[in-house]
Amino acid sequence: MGRAGKIARRSFLIGSAALVGGVAFGWYQYRKELPNPLQGQGLGALTPYVLIDASGVTVIAPRAEMGQGTHTTLAALVAEELDLDWSAVRVLHGPPAQAYYNGSLLREGVPFAPLDQGWLAETARDAMDVPARFLGLQVTGGSTSIPDGFEKMRLAGAVARLALIRAAARRSGLVEADLRTEGGRVLLPDGASLSYAELAVEAAAVELPDPPELRPSNAWKLLGKSLPRTDMAAKSDGSARYACDVRLPGMVFATVRRNPAPGAALLRFDAKEALAFPGGRDVLPLENGFAAVAESSWAAMQALDLVQVEWAAPDVAVDEALIAADLRAALDGAPEATAREQGEISAPEFEAEYSVPHQAHATMEPMGAAAWLQDGRLQLWAGTQFPTMALAEAAKAAGVAPDAVEFHTEFMGGGFGRRAEMDFIRQAASLAKALSPVPVLLSWSREEDMAQDMYRPAAMARVRASVADGAVSQFHLATAAGSIIESLAGRFGFPALGPDSSILQGAGEQPYDFPNYLVTGHRAETRVPLGFWRSVGNSQNAFFHDCALDELAHLAGVDPLLFRMRQMTHLPSIQVLEAAAEISNWGATAPGRAKGVGFCYSFGVPVAEVVEVEDTPQGIRLTGAWIAADPGIALDPSIIEAQLSGGMVFGLSAAMQGAITFAQGRVEQSNFWDYEPMRMRQCPPITVKILQSGGEIRGIGEPGTPPAAPALANAIFALTGKRIRHLPLNREVRFA
Amino acid sequence: MITLAVNGQTLSTELPPETPLLWVLRDGLGLTGTKYGCGVAACGACTVLVEGEAVRSCQLPVGEVNGAVTTIEGLAGAEGLHPLQKAWVAEQVAQCGYCQSGQIMQAAGLLMANPQPSDAEILEAMDGNLCRCGAYPRILAAIKAASAAMAG
Repeated sequence: MGRAGKIARRSFLIGSAALVGGVAFGWYQYRKELPNPLQGQGLGALTPYVLIDASGVTVIAPRAEMGQGTHTTLAALVAEELDLDWSAVRVLHGPPAQAYYNGSLLREGVPFAPLDQGWLAETARDAMDVPARFLGLQVTGGSTSIPDGFEKMRLAGAVARLALIRAAARRSGLVEADLRTEGGRVLLPDGASLSYAELAVEAAAVELPDPPELRPSNAWKLLGKSLPRTDMAAKSDGSARYACDVRLPGMVFATVRRNPAPGAALLRFDAKEALAFPGGRDVLPLENGFAAVAESSWAAMQALDLVQVEWAAPDVAVDEALIAADLRAALDGAPEATAREQGEISAPEFEAEYSVPHQAHATMEPMGAAAWLQDGRLQLWAGTQFPTMALAEAAKAAGVAPDAVEFHTEFMGGGFGRRAEMDFIRQAASLAKALSPVPVLLSWSREEDMAQDMYRPAAMARVRASVADGAVSQFHLATAAGSIIESLAGRFGFPALGPDSSILQGAGEQPYDFPNYLVTGHRAETRVPLGFWRSVGNSQNAFFHDCALDELAHLAGVDPLLFRMRQMTHLPSIQVLEAAAEISNWGATAPGRAKGVGFCYSFGVPVAEVVEVEDTPQGIRLTGAWIAADPGIALDPSIIEAQLSGGMVFGLSAAMQGAITFAQGRVEQSNFWDYEPMRMRQCPPITVKILQSGGEIRGIGEPGTPPAAPALANAIFALTGKRIRHLPLNREVRFA
Repeated sequence: MITLAVNGQTLSTELPPETPLLWVLRDGLGLTGTKYGCGVAACGACTVLVEGEAVRSCQLPVGEVNGAVTTIEGLAGAEGLHPLQKAWVAEQVAQCGYCQSGQIMQAAGLLMANPQPSDAEILEAMDGNLCRCGAYPRILAAIKAASAAMAG
C-alpha cells in the first residue's frame, strides 16, 4: 500500500471553519498547500478528497465529468469506505491542483505492452508517477480516472472514517472499537448517533490514523452496483451547468473566427459593417483571427460574418492527395519504431492497403468559456480535461499571475479529447483582458468548431501476411500516421522526444502469438493540427489489424471468430470473444442478414464486438450489436454499459460516414449536415456483457470505440462479399 | 420590446425581433437549459415546445413566435417532474447531457401528438436529435417507459 498510503494520510480534509464560515477554510487550505514535490517525503502536501461541513459531506472529484460518469464512480469509491448514504452524496470538481495529478496517465506511456506485467514493466510504470506529479498532470483522459482513483479515493474515505470515529470516541468517552458508522453517522452502542457534520471540527483536529485495510470486494455495498448518477437529475431538468451556461452581471457575448487554414495568419480586417450590426459592440484581434463581441451570441455571430477579412495563405495548401502521398511515403520509408518483432517475414501471399481519414471530435457543446478579469483577478469557467494547464494558460493570456486565477471546471458537453486543448481557454482569457472589467462568454459556432479542431490523424497501413494450416503463419502490419505528440508539443511548448507511441497504439499489443510477427510504426509528415480522439491510435489500428485478420480467416477457410480465438495467448481476450459469440448467437443468423466481429485490446481492456447487418431496399441497415468487455473489476455496470455502447456508436459513426477532408489547406466540412454523426434510426439495439477476470482495474471510456469499425466492415463483407479497406464505408456502400 | 409567454410567465426582451428564440431564451432571459448545437436545425439541441409542438428554436425569430413557449425548465408541472424526465432518470439516459434538453422536449412534443407511439414512430420523431455520446438505446427505452407510465 506504500505510495497510496502516504497519499491517503494527507488526503482527508475537513473544513472545520466551514461550520462557522462556509467552505472557505477548505478551499484556502488546499490552495495554500500546493505541493512542492522537491520537499518532504512522498507528496509533501495535503490532497483533499473529502470535505465535510454543516450541510454534509462533499466528495471532491479530481477528474472532470464529460459524460463518462466518473464523478459518480469516484464518489462511490469514497462513499463505500466512509459509509455515506448514497442519496446524500454531493460531488464537486476540485480546483486545478498539482495534488490531483493523474499517475495512471503516464503509466501506459512506457515502452511495454499493457499485457506485459513483468517486474521491469511494472517498475517503469510505477516510476511514471514521479513525472506525473512533477508536471502536475491533472488530466482526464486515457481511460485512467478509475485506475488512478481506485485506491486513492477509497483510502481517502477510509481515513476520514477513522478520524470521525476517533473524534466520536473522544466526545463520548467510548472506545473506538465500540463505534460503528452508517449512513453518514457514527453509531454509539446505546443506539444514539452523531452525524459526521457535528463531528467535523473535532475530527479535523485528531491526528490522522494510518491508512486502514480497505474493505474486500465481497463487503462492498455501493461498488459493483449500478448507482443513480449524481449528475442525472440536473441533466434531465435543464439545470446542469456547462461553461456556455455561465451568466454574469453585465456579461457580453463573443464568438471567434480564425484563419480557416489552420495555423495561417490574419493579414487585415475591416470591422465597420460588423460594428454597425444592431447589438454589435467590438471586433477584437486574436491569434490568427478575430472575435466579435455583442449583446447576444447570435448578434456576435451575425456581426462576425460582416467583418471584411484577408487571410494569409497557408505555407502548404494541404489536400487529400498530399495527405495520402505523405502516408505512402512514410510507409515506403524506414519505421520510426517497431512494436513487435519475432521471426521473419518473407514472400507473403496476402497484401493489402488500408486507410482512414481525419476525424473531428464534434462535441455537442462547441468550444467556449466564460471569463472575467476584474481588479487584477481572473475568473474562468470552462469544461476542460486539463485544468492545471488551463489555469496556467489562462493566466498567461490574461497577463496575470497564476495565483490570481480562480478556475471553475464545469460539466463538459462532450470531451472525447478535444477539451484537453487550450485554444478556447486562451481566447476567453484574452477577451476578458481586452474587455475588463466586463465579463465575457465565448461561444464558438459549430462551423468554427468543425474547422478548428485538432483532428484524429488520417492513417494508412499495409499488411503482408500468410496463412498455413488454418492459422496465421506470418503477419506484418506497417502503420503510418502524422504525429499527435509532435502537433501537441508545438501547441503546448513541450519538447517532443523519441517516437510517438500513439502511431502504434493498438497495433503492437494485440494478444496474438503468430510465429512470424512484425509491427512497425511510420511517422508521416504532420501538416494539420492533430489531437487525442477517443481511443487515439487504437481507433485506426484496430481497423487495420483486425480487418486484416478477418481477411486471413477467410483465406484460411476458418470461422473468423474462432480464427482469432485460437491464436490468442491471453485468457480474458479469449473469454470476451466467447462471450460475444454467445450473446450474439454468432452461429445462427437470419436469412438476408450477416454478422461480423471486431476485436481490440486497448487501455488494458479486451473488447469484442459483433455487428449484424441487413440488406434493405434503402441500403444496409444495422440490425444488432453486441459487446463483451473485461475491465478487470466492474465498479458500476450501468455506467460501464453506457460507456461501451456509447463508445461503439462513436466508432460506428466514424466508420460509416465520418470524414474530415482538406482542400487548399482548409477543412471542407462545416456542420452536422456534412459531418454527420450516427442518428437514432441508424443505431441498432446494443447488448453488453461485462466480464470480470479480476485483474488490474481498467477504465472504460475508450475501449468500446476501436472494435466498432472492423466489426461493421467485416459484417459488410459477410453480407456482400465486398472488402472495404478504406473508411468511411459510405463511399462504397449505402446505409439505410 | 417583445413580450413572450414562456413556461407560464410573461417575459420580455429588448433583443431585436429577428433574434432566434434560442438566443433570446439563453442570452436574454437566462434560460440556459435550451442548448445551441449547430444553428442550422441539424442537431435538435435547441428544441422547445411552441403551443405543444416541438420546434427548433435556433430557426425561429423571436418576433415570429405565436403562442406559449415551453422550455426544459418549464416541463415539470405542479405534480413534479414530467413522466419523460422521470423516465430519463430511471433509465439513466444522459452521459454528457448536453443534448438531453432537446431530446426530452422533442419526445414531449411526440407524446403530446401521439401518446402511444410505436418504436418506428419514435425513431422517426427523434431522428433529428443528435446525441454524440450515443445514448440512443436508452433514449428509446425512456420514451417507451414514459409513454407507458402516462397511459397509466
